[in-house]
Amino acid sequence: MDLSSINPVFLIASLMVAATPILLAAIGEMVVEKAGVLNLGVEGMMITGAVCGFIIAVETGSPALGFVCAALGGAVLSLLFGVLTQYLMSNQVATGLGLTLFGLGLSALMGQGYVGIKAPPVPRLDLPVLSDLPVVGPILFSHDAMVYLSVALVAAVWAVLKYSRAGLILRAVGENHDAAHALGYKVIRIRLLAIMFGGACAGLGGAYLSLIRVPQWTEGMTAGAGWIALAIVVFASWKAGRVLLGAYLFGGITVLQLNLQAAGVAIPVEYLSMSPYLITILVLVIMSADRSRAALNAPGSLGRVFHATS
Amino acid sequence: MTELLAVEGLTKAYPGVVANDGVSFRVAAGEVHALLGENGAGKSTLVKMIYGLVKPDSGAMRLHGAAFEPAEPRSARAAGVAMVFQHFSLFDALDVAENIALGMESPPPMSQLAQRIRDVSDTYGLPLDPDRVVGDLSAGERQRVEIIRCLLQNPKLLIMDEPTSVLTPQEVEILFETLRKLSAEGTAILYISHKLEEIRSLCDAATILRGGEVVATCDPRAQTAAELAEMMVGSKLTPPSRAPHDQGAVVLDVAGLTLPSATPFGTSLRDISFQVHAGEVLGIGGVAGNGQDELLSALSGEARTDAGTVRLSGTPIGQLGPNARRRIAVLAAPEERLGHAAAPDMSLTENALLTGAIRQGLTARGFLNWPAARGFAEDIISRFDVRTPGPGTAARALSGGNLQKFVIGREVLQRPDLLVVNQPTWGVDAAAAAAIRQALLDLAARGTAIVVISQDLDELMEISDRFAALNEGRLSSPRPMRGLGMEEIGLLMGGAHDMEVAHADA
Amino acid sequence: MIRLEKRPTPSRAWAAATPVLAVLATMIAGGLLFAALGKDPFAAIRIIFWDPLFHEQFAAYSRPQLLVKAGPLILIAIGLSLGFRAGIWNIGAEGQYIMGAICGAGAGLAFYPSESILIFPLMVLAGALGGWAWAMIPAILKTKFGANEILVSLMLVYVAENVLASVSSGLLRNPEGHGFPGSRNLQQWGASANPELIAGSGMHWGVVAAFIAVIFTYVLLTRHILGFQIRLTGESPRAARFAGVNPARLILICLGLSGALAGLAGLFEVTGPAGQISIDFGSGYGFTAIIVAFLGRLHPVGILLAGLLMALTYIGGELAQLMLGLPSAAIQLFQGMLLFFLLAMDVLSNFRIRLGKAEVA
Repeated sequence: MDLSSINPVFLIASLMVAATPILLAAIGEMVVEKAGVLNLGVEGMMITGAVCGFIIAVETGSPALGFVCAALGGAVLSLLFGVLTQYLMSNQVATGLGLTLFGLGLSALMGQGYVGIKAPPVPRLDLPVLSDLPVVGPILFSHDAMVYLSVALVAAVWAVLKYSRAGLILRAVGENHDAAHALGYKVIRIRLLAIMFGGACAGLGGAYLSLIRVPQWTEGMTAGAGWIALAIVVFASWKAGRVLLGAYLFGGITVLQLNLQAAGVAIPVEYLSMSPYLITILVLVIMSADRSRAALNAPGSLGRVFHATS
Repeated sequence: MTELLAVEGLTKAYPGVVANDGVSFRVAAGEVHALLGENGAGKSTLVKMIYGLVKPDSGAMRLHGAAFEPAEPRSARAAGVAMVFQHFSLFDALDVAENIALGMESPPPMSQLAQRIRDVSDTYGLPLDPDRVVGDLSAGERQRVEIIRCLLQNPKLLIMDEPTSVLTPQEVEILFETLRKLSAEGTAILYISHKLEEIRSLCDAATILRGGEVVATCDPRAQTAAELAEMMVGSKLTPPSRAPHDQGAVVLDVAGLTLPSATPFGTSLRDISFQVHAGEVLGIGGVAGNGQDELLSALSGEARTDAGTVRLSGTPIGQLGPNARRRIAVLAAPEERLGHAAAPDMSLTENALLTGAIRQGLTARGFLNWPAARGFAEDIISRFDVRTPGPGTAARALSGGNLQKFVIGREVLQRPDLLVVNQPTWGVDAAAAAAIRQALLDLAARGTAIVVISQDLDELMEISDRFAALNEGRLSSPRPMRGLGMEEIGLLMGGAHDMEVAHADA
Repeated sequence: MIRLEKRPTPSRAWAAATPVLAVLATMIAGGLLFAALGKDPFAAIRIIFWDPLFHEQFAAYSRPQLLVKAGPLILIAIGLSLGFRAGIWNIGAEGQYIMGAICGAGAGLAFYPSESILIFPLMVLAGALGGWAWAMIPAILKTKFGANEILVSLMLVYVAENVLASVSSGLLRNPEGHGFPGSRNLQQWGASANPELIAGSGMHWGVVAAFIAVIFTYVLLTRHILGFQIRLTGESPRAARFAGVNPARLILICLGLSGALAGLAGLFEVTGPAGQISIDFGSGYGFTAIIVAFLGRLHPVGILLAGLLMALTYIGGELAQLMLGLPSAAIQLFQGMLLFFLLAMDVLSNFRIRLGKAEVA
């Protein structure tokens, strides 16, 4: 066992990479839930994004195009969920579960010919001067563009929800869809847009896994990342800033346990591997324990079926 | 007077029911025009068509002489039509300014909006803080949010759907002042109500609807309340009668009942004490959201408290759950018919089982006796005149009045010693309401102690022996109903909630 | 213009018809999918739905497989359906299935090589308890802290998979296995074997348990107050509390029962068809059972039929893999589609579709 082989600077830098897929998926899901929709299909949309992004990147040689198609793939899949839950008023929990099972199957089928291939490399942004700074350089200024994009996305979501009229309407629809309908807002249309945004974000998160973090395609490679993203939304009490915190916290645990495995700590590998899931449960419990606060922050219409009767 | 709105032959049918059938009427600029009709007469559908929420099947409307066909509320608002809803179209978790911005077409930036809200609320005597979260406001304050939201758009026609049902008598007076002021400024008001006295004191003209059709147009100030009632209901209603009887021993004794709210925007009960005697009807009034639901759940056993705070004939029962209370003949009927008192998608037989399992002996060692449950449901249906194809019908298929008769009948037939009901005739047609009130009085005459929680003061005055009011989770000490005036009742209900300006004139 | 109108009373006829329609729609969509993959759609559909039962060459092998595969699916889905009806979402049955197998196998192997007839019953008990205990974790966290049972039960699947990996190369590893991971073969050890009860039928104790569970649940739901409370809670939680249902108790019962049944399924699998604890023991039954539960309309008899159908697609899928080179993932997709079509058609039982005429303003 050799803990000195763990370099804190490298640890923090890789933490950001480990957190990015979950961050992307979680911020998208947060917007969906803010609109009053509970989409449990994040895992399915992520893995579909992972395979779409990977295929396109391999075929075209352009990771950027891969990411675009991953977002599209996730959004198209989420549209399936949107049509079922919004127009056909199916149960959101069941449909979300169905979306996950469907996405896992679809991705496995699509990715058949792509197992074991390497993805085209994604360049790291090399920022002159900044990247060469000691400590701060490797931590903050030597990542790929997606890491910065994900953080920017969180900031944008925060600002839009807090300051813009579109954000206000989105929150209103999630808080009380009947009142929003009475005021003449198109509840279903707004929710569909939110669902597709969530799907696109999940797709991006999945592609980050297959194109940068791993970077390879294997069946079921998301390994619960979508579910963890869902947990992080609860952890974050539907606040964008806390989603960032939650994702990075989770990324830190993942990276730490991987480093401990590599350093050969005397804890069996399996117990280290299960630690992220156990810690997610722990965090959920802590966040849910204060029930009145949890209820206060949750969007009022979350998960409820909307049917305009008038 | 110049014509503002003309409605010509509006018709709207829903499956199985014609909500509006060839409805025509006119509203002049600056006129306060009443739409009078009992529940289910088609008032709501009519104004939803004017507000663009529902499209008429046929007929036409004109506004300022030009064709008016609002496809959505947005275009109605743009044409100068604003609406204050009966069930508020507000968002609990958002603040007042955000709520108001959501109801405007092109709201100014938040900082300016807050100032304009303050200006308008000063002008019309409707104090309101733009930064407060709406979920924390009283019902009267919430209505002010809606009114100010409308006023900020300078409407030509303001639609108000049953606005006084959530106000204390004092708040009603203040609202009427505001409406008269608006009318004097030239804003027409379409005022929907089934409260006759209000209409007589406020409105210039009235259109009376029954069964979706216009049955009369009149000047309400020239009619008596009884004449208006007869036009509205279509027949003479006999007020419920009660046989004189002696008051018995104390059945329910509540002492120092305190219950923290279970939900973020709920009301906590604070130190509530009262007694109810056998054969007595205690009426509990109050504006919506002052602890009515919470009080019912504390008495039904859905919320448990310290054993000694609720006693039945001296025995502490505060710690008992709903079924344990049913066993000792404490029964309840909550306000929300669909989803609380009854399960919407379940049959009437299953809904009979819902509260009747214990006292009607519908189970044996945990196994259900379906024929007995069905028999009980049939018994309720026939004895309470519930109009339905049979006990296999889903609860949600019944009209409000019929389902309410079923819910009340289900409890009455189980021979309670104590019955607690919340809003027993809310949203129910006049005939059903009369039947329900009569059933409660008959039950009291047989010696049952009854607590009626209601927001309808007329109802409480009609059937209560004593009256108490809930205000912000506190209960006033009960007083004999007879001889209690509206003014006093209003003060017990909290007067004009935090409107010091108004108190100064009073 | 198409409008949806809520039916006053949910249609029973449609509720029964939608699964059949969903299967048909899935066959059509699946056929299109297979055609897109360059396979003959009619041959593929025939191989999946017909040949496993009636093909002269393969049916002898695959017909018994129907019960072998349907047994655990039905057993797990029956348990899940109770919770789903009450709005309690246990989606971690896969984890409970694994833990049941591990606990049951562990309890048995502790007595190896004894040949006592008490060993198998003991293992059954331990299997049920293992699944029950694993499901009690989300149940208790939900009732005590309000933690979302969907997320907790799912996270525990990944934990269970790691526990499985750990014990199959550690605690339960076959000491005579030359260092290879995996436990002793329980099928070959008389005391623990869960044999085929009628030769050539595929019937083993797990299938028997599944049938018992179907009957038990049917009686529970239609004749017993607990079943009524479960249905009531799902329909209308507030009315259920008014009717005296204790929601925490119901959560413990529903999650506990579904966990125990999933644990039993795992135990019967590890002592029967699977034979041993190994790293790839988790077969996805716990997730497919979710589809089975919905496809069976959360009704015990429906689940019985849905379980058989889903087992058929498994076997048919393997056959299609063999004969047409159809990828295994295609069957997974096929099952997902089935669930989607079902959910989409559900709308028909609660709503009436109206083709509205153009609005006259």
